[in-house]
Amino acid sequence: MSNFQHGVSDSIRSQTLAAAVAAAARTRRYGSWYVAEHRFRVMRSYTQTVLFTAVGSPLVYLYAMGVGLASLVDGNLGNDAVTGVSYLAFLAPALLASSAIAVAAEEFTYPIMLGFKWNPTFFGMNASSIQPGQIINGIVISVAARMLLTCTIFYIFMLAFGAVPGALGFVAVLVALLTGLAFGALVMAYTATLKDDTGQLAMVQRFVILPMTLFSGTFFPLDVLPPYLHWIGWISPLWHGTELSRVFAYGLPEPIWLSLVHVLYLAALLTIGWIWARRITVRRLNK
Amino acid sequence: MPAPVIATQNLVKSYPVKNSKDFVAVDGISFEVAPGESFGLLGPNGAGKSTTMRMIGAVSTRTSGDLDVLGLDPNRYGPEIRSQLGVVPQENNLDLELKVRENLLVYGRYFGLPRARVARRADELLEFAQLADKAGAKVDDLSGGMKRRLTIARALINDPRILLLDEPTTGLDPQARHILWDRLFRLKEQGTTLLLTTHYMDEAEQLCDRLVVVDKGRIMAEGSPADLIRRYSSREVLEVRFGSTQNAEVAGRIQGYGERVDVLPDRILVYSDSGEYELERMSAAGLHPITSLVRRASLEDVFLRLTGRNLIE
Repeated sequence: MSNFQHGVSDSIRSQTLAAAVAAAARTRRYGSWYVAEHRFRVMRSYTQTVLFTAVGSPLVYLYAMGVGLASLVDGNLGNDAVTGVSYLAFLAPALLASSAIAVAAEEFTYPIMLGFKWNPTFFGMNASSIQPGQIINGIVISVAARMLLTCTIFYIFMLAFGAVPGALGFVAVLVALLTGLAFGALVMAYTATLKDDTGQLAMVQRFVILPMTLFSGTFFPLDVLPPYLHWIGWISPLWHGTELSRVFAYGLPEPIWLSLVHVLYLAALLTIGWIWARRITVRRLNK
Repeated sequence: MPAPVIATQNLVKSYPVKNSKDFVAVDGISFEVAPGESFGLLGPNGAGKSTTMRMIGAVSTRTSGDLDVLGLDPNRYGPEIRSQLGVVPQENNLDLELKVRENLLVYGRYFGLPRARVARRADELLEFAQLADKAGAKVDDLSGGMKRRLTIARALINDPRILLLDEPTTGLDPQARHILWDRLFRLKEQGTTLLLTTHYMDEAEQLCDRLVVVDKGRIMAEGSPADLIRRYSSREVLEVRFGSTQNAEVAGRIQGYGERVDVLPDRILVYSDSGEYELERMSAAGLHPITSLVRRASLEDVFLRLTGRNLIE
């Protein structure tokens, strides 16, 4: 409480304080969820897009790549040529992780630009009892929910295509979620730094996400590339996610320490991106 | 006087500027607002009014000075203070992706209010804002005045003790402004404390019990509109135009008229208790303005007197 007096008696002060503390208590505790509630309401206005991409992309990609391309690969190299399994089994966990990245690329970019700039709803939230960090938390919660939905549907299609030999295959859904959020948190933080979108987000799509998808062991193992390109995989959250997905989907042989590195690396990116995004948001909203 | 709901003392907000001195937006402002009072910050664009509002709204950290909102320090009790405020920002930040009523529902939830209560309150407020028939409309399809009323309705969703209005009617046509003023009057009658910024003197005169005139981050004067006019202006003002090339020359010949003479680029103002009398004096001296107007003194004149500049430049 400030130290200057205006004849405000202590009892009135403590009454006001008690009332205000009570009024803000729920938001202090659940504010992040209220922001998520807002995002869900907004997502409802594009439910069709959410469902269409969730159902459409596994159909298209699993069929075109996993069945079409696979017949070519398996036909030429044999049924267990790629890391010991069929091409479809090799590819499907990678596509699952990519589908999480696709959700991240959408939900962690434009909604952030929108909230800060195009339709500055973040400033509106911040004028209520919501705190800046809760805005970021709420967005992460809502995107995680959409990602989980998308990945689960993807996984169901994988099962339908017979692309999951391993018994622990469903864990790949959680790995995909972690992958998408780890990458997405960084993208969210980067987007939060943008005052204007003068093409940066399209650049991210073209020069980060697309190359990342191509060079993360998605369509072919990283070993196939010349050694001087392997670093792309090592820094790529998608490579770490894909490899880990494969461990669970069909038991890709990999030392346990490497699996651990995958988890830790992804968790670290998620933490860094999340904290960074919160900091930027605190700074941008406190003008 | 009951305990003030807002008290500022030597409030300062400055922003760092690269390779230069800090920019001081608010430069030592002190005032108090009593419960139920309607208090205004009147000043031109860039005077530091919005910055002051943001500090009071507990979304902008002060650089120095003391600030008390409902007896609480915003640095420590941000969410608590904001739970008791309604904020109408200068730029509408209604959610364009949601419908009119949804904007209220979502906003009520930010305060942790139960869904049923928010829904009931939303319907009351749509009535109050005369938007009941627009409940399902897209925000983008509303007129400027309707958007403003919706923003006010949104600010009332948590039954705030203080309503902060930053330039509530800027950009609205006269009819929309009057509808809005009427709504604000009703709130005032119900005992809501209003704190508003404006650069319209008529708005300040209509809505404010008391106000401070702000310029370049500092308070130039404080009082009720009538009080300020009495203190810093004559009862009436005679405005005469002799044509832009003649004004300066004529001004030299009428020095000593009334209490004071001000020469503006397009007209001359003569401050006097009787404008008609000064006009007659002018004619008697053989000076015949192209146009002349006698009016009651306003806050515009107070501002001109205090700063040497117009409110709207």
